[in-house]
Amino acid sequence: MIKRIAWATAILSTSWATAAIASDELVSSFELNNGMQIVVVEDHRAPVVQHMVWYRAGSADEPKGQSGVAHYLEHLLFKATDTLEAGELSATVAANGGRDNAFTSHDYTVYFQRVASDRLELMMSMESDRMVNIRLTEENIVTEREVILEERNQRTDNNPRALFREQSNAVQYHNHRYGVPIIGWRHEMETLDMADALSFYGTYYAPNNAILVVSGDVDPDEVKSLAEQYYGVIPANPDLPQRLRTEEPPQTAARRLTYKDARVAQPYVQRSYLAPERDSGSQEQAAALFLLAELLGGGTTSYLANALQFDQQTAVYTGAFYSGMSLDDTTFSFLVVPSEGVSLQEAEDALDQTYAAFLEDGVDAEQLDRIKLQLRASEIYARDNVDGIANRYGRALTSGLTVEDVQAWPDILQAVTAEQIIATAKQVIQPEVSVTGWLMRDEEITQ
Amino acid sequence: MMGFKHIVAALVTCLFALPALAEVKIKEVTSPGGITAWLVEDHSIPFTALELRFRGGTSLDAPGKRGAIYLMAGLLEEGAGDLMAQDYAKALEALAASFSYDTGKDTTSISARFLSENRDDAIALLRDTIHQPRFDQVAVDRVRGQVLSGLRSDAKDPNDIAGRAFAAMTYGDHPYGTDGKGTIDSVTALTRQDIVDAHRSVFARDQLYVGAVGDINAEQLGAMLDTLLGDLPDTGAPIPGPATVTIPGGVTVIDFDTPQSVALFGQIGIDRDDPRFFAAYVMNQILGGGSFESRLMTEVREKRGLTYGVYSYLVPRDLAAIYMGSVASANDKMAQAVQVIRDEWNRMATEGVTEKELQDAKTYLTGAYPLRFDGNGPIASIMVGMQVQGLPIDYIATRNDKVNAVTLEDVNTLAAELMDPDGLHFTVVGRPEGLESSPE
Repeated sequence: MIKRIAWATAILSTSWATAAIASDELVSSFELNNGMQIVVVEDHRAPVVQHMVWYRAGSADEPKGQSGVAHYLEHLLFKATDTLEAGELSATVAANGGRDNAFTSHDYTVYFQRVASDRLELMMSMESDRMVNIRLTEENIVTEREVILEERNQRTDNNPRALFREQSNAVQYHNHRYGVPIIGWRHEMETLDMADALSFYGTYYAPNNAILVVSGDVDPDEVKSLAEQYYGVIPANPDLPQRLRTEEPPQTAARRLTYKDARVAQPYVQRSYLAPERDSGSQEQAAALFLLAELLGGGTTSYLANALQFDQQTAVYTGAFYSGMSLDDTTFSFLVVPSEGVSLQEAEDALDQTYAAFLEDGVDAEQLDRIKLQLRASEIYARDNVDGIANRYGRALTSGLTVEDVQAWPDILQAVTAEQIIATAKQVIQPEVSVTGWLMRDEEITQ
Repeated sequence: MMGFKHIVAALVTCLFALPALAEVKIKEVTSPGGITAWLVEDHSIPFTALELRFRGGTSLDAPGKRGAIYLMAGLLEEGAGDLMAQDYAKALEALAASFSYDTGKDTTSISARFLSENRDDAIALLRDTIHQPRFDQVAVDRVRGQVLSGLRSDAKDPNDIAGRAFAAMTYGDHPYGTDGKGTIDSVTALTRQDIVDAHRSVFARDQLYVGAVGDINAEQLGAMLDTLLGDLPDTGAPIPGPATVTIPGGVTVIDFDTPQSVALFGQIGIDRDDPRFFAAYVMNQILGGGSFESRLMTEVREKRGLTYGVYSYLVPRDLAAIYMGSVASANDKMAQAVQVIRDEWNRMATEGVTEKELQDAKTYLTGAYPLRFDGNGPIASIMVGMQVQGLPIDYIATRNDKVNAVTLEDVNTLAAELMDPDGLHFTVVGRPEGLESSPE
């Protein structure tokens, strides 16, 4: 199964975790007086710490017409502050033997450093500084805008699969900002300016909109006292807006699109369905969807692989994906990469027939048991990578979930029954909420 | 808030001492049957990461059989012993173990992860995988279809196009000069017997290196190694001789209709066992070693906004050494990016680095080193890499000393000797304005 990872990334722009977490005993959480939340995940095997600050602000929180500003601001936070010169934060991390970076998604923006654990205080002093003290110049604005446009070139415009995904996603959401790419639409990115960046910063960068997630060789009490010293002195933003995004109206029409590009070598079909996300205190439906994706498209033994790759040999790759960690409605999706000589229509028909057969056959009890066993084992393996556990808490807490929700998730997964999976599938996988896309070669240009 | 700024300044100036190095206690274990492995015992989590590496990689492909070893490695998870592909996959799932396979130009790797509670069963399945892979014709054809699909995609990926062209120019007819995945024609022509032959050429004791980390002791590991690997043949296929590296200075432009050009650039490199290697390693960190502060990132990205990322990296392979870099830039900016990189190459050759740059690079490299040892799998992989390179078992404890021993004179002498602005070649894929291929 050689191309699995590459194809998986073709359809999902963000990574998703298959692993659940049971390592509750490693995790502490508390809150500062200014409303900043803190999560600590301990692992004392190596003297290393990961220090992350997650903001509950991502591209889906941007004002209309300013797509990409959340990510643009993320870049600009590496410029000067009142006390640090441009680039000095990263240079200081590097000079202390650490690595730093940041990333932006629909629902969050994250800044992090990995460094020797005795450098945690230095990280906090600098990260808390840029939460409120950035100082941008007009030159920063112009040059960094060129950088993000080159980033868009590299990630999206040079990649027909990414362009296809962007179009498909835009069609999936009628009214919600998840339909707008995180990197931004080029024509809007080109107009982003100082005022746009500073307005987003002033609105969302505040301790009461941030979560500190520290993992590694640290003592929770020490993290708390350092956090109080550095982050606790920053006043909360009393005007922090509620995260109310424009919501999807009922979706009542199946949509289709065809994207042609001379750079496409391997055509494929993808279909996505608007699907509920994990909600705080109510994750059962999402758990059923998670298991549905595993049963249908979770590798060699999945239902789709069995039918399309082994029996019929109509596909070189099949997959089903569900990412439940999301503030608002997410998607459940299928991908079929047809074998040589199989048309996209044949591939799509085979997908439809196979899914219908799955509903008729019901869940294979042994397969469900194997998946649940692997999920339990993944809790053991997860302890080898506490930074991964830390990331999941960061994503959860910026996606409307609580620490308790994260810790309940493994048991909720184990409790899902075959009947619940089929019932949820019938409820969610409906043509009216779907987008079917064909990625095709442009034969006229290709010759 | 005012006091807070001063705290920042104070901390920044006083905390530059080196962090403690992670303690990684490696034991050498020799099994009753004579197989050697490096082991780090850590019983805190009930699983083990096992890394097996076989020297040779795709460079062992028989003449005319390019892609055989890559396809063979892809078929290892497609059934073994009595178990056909799907039953094999179910058996692996029921153990909650994972086996993954990787083939490179110099090595073929198997990375396994298994729970303590069913370790013997997992090892029995891995033993069958290594000794009795089925290579059923139906599986060969199915996975061949996946490989061919990948090759067709690579043919339209500007990064792959650049990589293939650069390798062909640099290494010519040597196995390094072609893609280990093979070509559409060569992969299409592979037979089951070719796959069986490829398997025989790779898996042999004389090419084997082993690392294990986790919940296992020396005695358990020794017994496991004999079960798993004791019956391997003594010798595999002969490793090819060294490659002759030919990199003419200049530019090659490969036309491809896409908005952003991608470029690979490179020149002759330096061997891993060259006494000047650490000086080169430190110099590269300063030039383009991946941090935001490198000269290339500063000049090409931070000051001019010509790219999202630009990097340089030493490529000391077993059979040849080159020094490479990569950059991507819009078609109307690539020519300027190429010029800035050339200027930096020149500056490094003629001016070398400053004492401050050297110190910053050393503190970074020595401080970052312990961060690599962050999990059982990564540690197993690092230990095997050390063995393949012929490094001593105490290397981890001495490595930072070697970095710290590099002097300004070492780096600047090396820079003057190694950096070859006239021998630097750019292979650019796209439609870069104002750039043309150099005359032959």
